[in-house]
Amino acid sequence: MDSGTVPAPMVVRVGLIGAGKMGVAHFAIANSHPDVMFVAVCDTTGFVLSLLKKHAGVETYKDYREMMDFARLDAVIIATPTPTHFACVRYALDKNLHVFVERPLTLSPNESRALSEMAIQRKVVNQVGFSARFIGTFLEARRLVRAGAIGTVSQLRGTAFGHVVTREQGMTWRSKKAEGGGCLHDYGVQIIDLMNFVVGPPTKVTGAKLQSIFSKDVEDAVYAILHYPNGSTGVVETNWSDESMHETTTTLAVMGTKGKITVDRRELELHLNEGAAFEDYHAGWNVRGMTRLTKPVRYYLRGEEFSAQIDAFIDAIKSANTAHEPSFASAHETDHIVDLIIQSNQAKA
Amino acid sequence: MTKLERILLDDDRFFGVNERSHEQSRQQRIEFENNKAIIQVIDDAYALGIRAMMCTTHDRMGDICAHVKATPAKYRGFAFYPMMPQGHKYAASVAEVGILETIKRFSTGGVVSTLFRASIGAITQDIFDLMKLLVDAEMKRFDGIDTPVVFLQNVVTDLVLGMKMYDLFGEFHRYMYERYKAEAGFVTMNLPALVDALETVGVRNPVVCATINKTGFRMSGGLEAYERTLRDRKVRVIARGVLPSSDVTPEDGFGYVCGHKKIEGIVVNATSRADIAAVQALIQKLDGS
Repeated sequence: MDSGTVPAPMVVRVGLIGAGKMGVAHFAIANSHPDVMFVAVCDTTGFVLSLLKKHAGVETYKDYREMMDFARLDAVIIATPTPTHFACVRYALDKNLHVFVERPLTLSPNESRALSEMAIQRKVVNQVGFSARFIGTFLEARRLVRAGAIGTVSQLRGTAFGHVVTREQGMTWRSKKAEGGGCLHDYGVQIIDLMNFVVGPPTKVTGAKLQSIFSKDVEDAVYAILHYPNGSTGVVETNWSDESMHETTTTLAVMGTKGKITVDRRELELHLNEGAAFEDYHAGWNVRGMTRLTKPVRYYLRGEEFSAQIDAFIDAIKSANTAHEPSFASAHETDHIVDLIIQSNQAKA
Repeated sequence: MTKLERILLDDDRFFGVNERSHEQSRQQRIEFENNKAIIQVIDDAYALGIRAMMCTTHDRMGDICAHVKATPAKYRGFAFYPMMPQGHKYAASVAEVGILETIKRFSTGGVVSTLFRASIGAITQDIFDLMKLLVDAEMKRFDGIDTPVVFLQNVVTDLVLGMKMYDLFGEFHRYMYERYKAEAGFVTMNLPALVDALETVGVRNPVVCATINKTGFRMSGGLEAYERTLRDRKVRVIARGVLPSSDVTPEDGFGYVCGHKKIEGIVVNATSRADIAAVQALIQKLDGS
């Protein structure tokens, strides 16, 4: 089947590659979907596989190629370490499978572009795990910006702080650049995608600084200035060595000619300038909490956004909607900006 | 069958768990950075006649339990309803040293007693044995404390539910009774689906703690499905998250949960004596008692 959209199945047969923390969560979410038959799991850890085989009743594989060759899948969810994404996704696309892959798509914009082009050509649903795009407060921020509620955007700032690496640690994948470790490919990718989602991508990066604090091989903090086509400026600032943060806190502040939005997963604050009331937002300060902005999900695990993104993937497969977002193409945009940050950091060094 | 307390304290606020805002969360962390402040809340609640608290197995709860154990006369009849496992410490450890090292680190008595029972390799072949090992480790800090109901916390309950590994629920239920003479409870954000799942493994009339509020926030399956479950199924419910936002007044929020007979217990997030007393008076008024 090399041309035409892959036909929409009645029941979507799904397989998982990589049964780590995120993989298992995706499994639980997809497995509880009424239109999904979760048939197979691939991982390298024997005891995880024997547990899933015995108690969850799925076929298990140690080789992802074998799983995709024999499990008669419609779609795969890939949650393996980032350096393996390219080969894994390419194999899946070769089989005309719909693909959901954890973020970031790859560690190289060239590889991300190649996968994006291949997915478009194969006409399969392709999605990257930018879960923040499914959080109600951020969705509302995007809607407000795109509807012109705050006028023309002049400045924005994306920050992500948390306590992941707060002392010198043994070597895990997080501390190795070659395995996709480092704050830029973790916090950085998420906040950059979110900024792209809300205001669109920048065209240039300057003043980037990748800074190690506790880690030897990777950066623990990122700073960069982003330049947008309309002349506006953005700042990215992340630090995963901030012990004062109880949990990862991602915040976006967008300044416009008519007002300002500050938003995190819990709250959206909108200040509208005098005479700039918008819909039921009045001039002055408006605060909307997540309880009001969050859409209910059919099954909940650790945050509505995780269920919402998997359900959106399944819906796109069932409706043969290959224009679905966040696509590989969007992920490529983000990976490209990550690369510009790395180049800007090196140019200065 | 365990009689559930009508009003239960909650330890979320002591450890800065607050869905509404980061700023409120930070304020709570400052307010309760000292265990004395937590003990004061328990003392105030006890004086008002409140006899139970839902709690995580946070390390600091170990200190609170030690205090309660040291002064038993002062806390006669006060029960803790632990929720386990406490996710953060396991997640942080798994991220740092991996899953096998984490099991060694947290099992009762550390590596040595684990090796007595079986090798790590053999244990991980059997999820039931692994679960028992972790339950024992978590229950250690509640030695000598009244724990009539022990909950599986919501991330684990809902994960097992989604993975459809329902036999784990049955095994947890059986083990809690056999080993600790405690009733197993389940915390969830998916009440209707969970009650169905528990029934398939023979857990009848289960104790379930679920987010329940009149706005339907964090009530997966939907408000109507929740109301059907509360009306038609055999289940004993403890409601939490009754006031999800400032849009819901206490009268409306507690009025909603007090209107359901199967909701036997209500978790209150109040942390000052005056606030606890006010919520207590409101619930008593709504109950007509």
